[in-house]
Amino acid sequence: MVVQLSGVERSDQAVAGLDRPVRGLWSDAWRRLRKNKAAVAGLAYIGVMLVLAIFAPLLAPYDPNNIPSDAFSNTPPFWMDGGSWDHPLGTDSLARDNLSRLLYGARVSMIVGIVPTVITVLIGATYGIVSGWLGGRWDNILMRLVDVVYAFPSLLLFIIMQASLRDTGFGRLLGGLMLLFVAFAITGWNGMARLVRGQTLSLREKEFIEAARAVGNTPGRIMLRHVLPNSLAPIIVSVSFSIPAYILAEASLSFLGIGIRPPNASWGSMVFQAFPLITFMPIFVIMPSLLIAMIMIAFAFVGDGLRDALDPQSDRQR
Amino acid sequence: MVRYLINRVLWTIPVLWLVATVTFFLMHTAPGGPWDARSGAAGRSLDPSLEASFNRQYGLDEPLIVQYFTYLQNSVTLNFGDSFVQQGQSVIEIIGDGFPYSARIGLLALVMALGIGIPVGILAAVKHNTMTDYASLFVTTVSYTLPDFVIAIFLLIVFSVHLDLVPILFTDWRSYILPAFALGTGSAAFIARLTRSSVLEAMRHDHVVTARAKGLSSRAVISRHVVRNGMIPVITIIGPAFAGLVTGTIIIERVFGIPGMGRLFIDSISTRDYPVIMGVTLFYSFFIILGNLMVDVAYVFADPRIRDSQG
Repeated sequence: MVVQLSGVERSDQAVAGLDRPVRGLWSDAWRRLRKNKAAVAGLAYIGVMLVLAIFAPLLAPYDPNNIPSDAFSNTPPFWMDGGSWDHPLGTDSLARDNLSRLLYGARVSMIVGIVPTVITVLIGATYGIVSGWLGGRWDNILMRLVDVVYAFPSLLLFIIMQASLRDTGFGRLLGGLMLLFVAFAITGWNGMARLVRGQTLSLREKEFIEAARAVGNTPGRIMLRHVLPNSLAPIIVSVSFSIPAYILAEASLSFLGIGIRPPNASWGSMVFQAFPLITFMPIFVIMPSLLIAMIMIAFAFVGDGLRDALDPQSDRQR
Repeated sequence: MVRYLINRVLWTIPVLWLVATVTFFLMHTAPGGPWDARSGAAGRSLDPSLEASFNRQYGLDEPLIVQYFTYLQNSVTLNFGDSFVQQGQSVIEIIGDGFPYSARIGLLALVMALGIGIPVGILAAVKHNTMTDYASLFVTTVSYTLPDFVIAIFLLIVFSVHLDLVPILFTDWRSYILPAFALGTGSAAFIARLTRSSVLEAMRHDHVVTARAKGLSSRAVISRHVVRNGMIPVITIIGPAFAGLVTGTIIIERVFGIPGMGRLFIDSISTRDYPVIMGVTLFYSFFIILGNLMVDVAYVFADPRIRDSQG
């Protein structure tokens, strides 16, 4: 049996011997993704934002949360009358530097997109794989729970959780980020669980799993080494859509005044703070709004590109 | 089929119960209480004896678990109580005041989304793989992705602040246009993409090929045979789309200062008006669950194969 399994690999090399480069799923997908101009542009934009977010402490000219005693509030950006290069994008209503706050806002967006996604993938994939593998009655019970969580309107839960818990000790952790992570993870894991369960159900009937079982692999090892790697493509596509969803959720909650805690800056909270000035200084609302819109579009392009690249059978007419 | 639907309807009960339970205990963990607003100055707490009498009057002096079961018992008989903050008003009256604003905006947004989305989708499908198709694909991707409150903010800046076409404060019928547009853009894009792919699929059906072979004009084939079949998926998503639009107004209402359900919800949370928080949350949840349920019902009616199978 073992010999036969490694024979599969050898036949791969045999194909390579025919002067045709071996293309695995991943290199093939990468090649297709690179041809998609919108996806490449989106990827580049996200890359730049990541760099800005990581190096925000070095790049920001001022402390984003410090309220200076000697600076003017609501000064316009440099290209408008009364603007200066001291504060290239002006200062907010508390005289804090807008550029510094936007840079730190990029940090919040990136963290709030990535951390809950990692949590939901870990929880959801484990749950889905176990449910799909057990099958039968257990699968039925576990999936009913997913259905109930799925039906819970997530925006309502976010609002209630934020409004209720943000002034408690837990809500103050990491400037309110901890509570956002938990709120997003609680509602987000079930989508991943459904997806991985579906994958597991179809994979467990495949011959190579049968073979792995026959040579005496434990269920845990089969799930980790065979089922999970083969579910990776849809998981990646789903991740590329969940990161922007969390970024948007944070921005929306902060815009309602119940997201990140002041004085911390996020793009949504900057819109919230500048909103009363919309008739007087619309540019302060426009700058963070534009950044929210751009990152959303960038992720959408990458997500669409990944879906087309990783799933060759995906509906080509889309 | 009927059994399946009854099953689905019964499923809303545990979901609503879960929503009620989670909301109930979460809102009670929030620091502060509904009487803080009555103490006058913010941050100053109410006279303890007065607070105790208020608590007794509204049953808040009972253990939380007792209050919880009392609430569940009352809500089964559709008694959702009175507001703690707006005295003399029942929760149902308050929802009755706020909901029409949200419903009007949601309905207008839906009409707009269908009115723009369907023609764009059909056009893109008919002009498959041309510049028109690609352009519409690009525009719909971007519009679907743009957050509706960002669209709302840009509309407000352009039409109210710069052009002064629409009053910036909520006044008359004109105040519904921008919110509906901001809310409907995403749905319009979604409906356009859905229409496009389902019309494309319908164009490959045998009966369409037959109709063409008979020598029917292209226009007649599209309008009589393709579009009719291509509309089935679109019809089925109208229910959840409407539910989503009505609840989506929570954030839009903030931008435009509309006194609808969304503002009611946020206000009730910040004033710790427990009965209103519970009432509005349950109302919203019921609405969303109902919307999702309508997909199944719509499928049954739209597709005769399902309708006649086990009837």
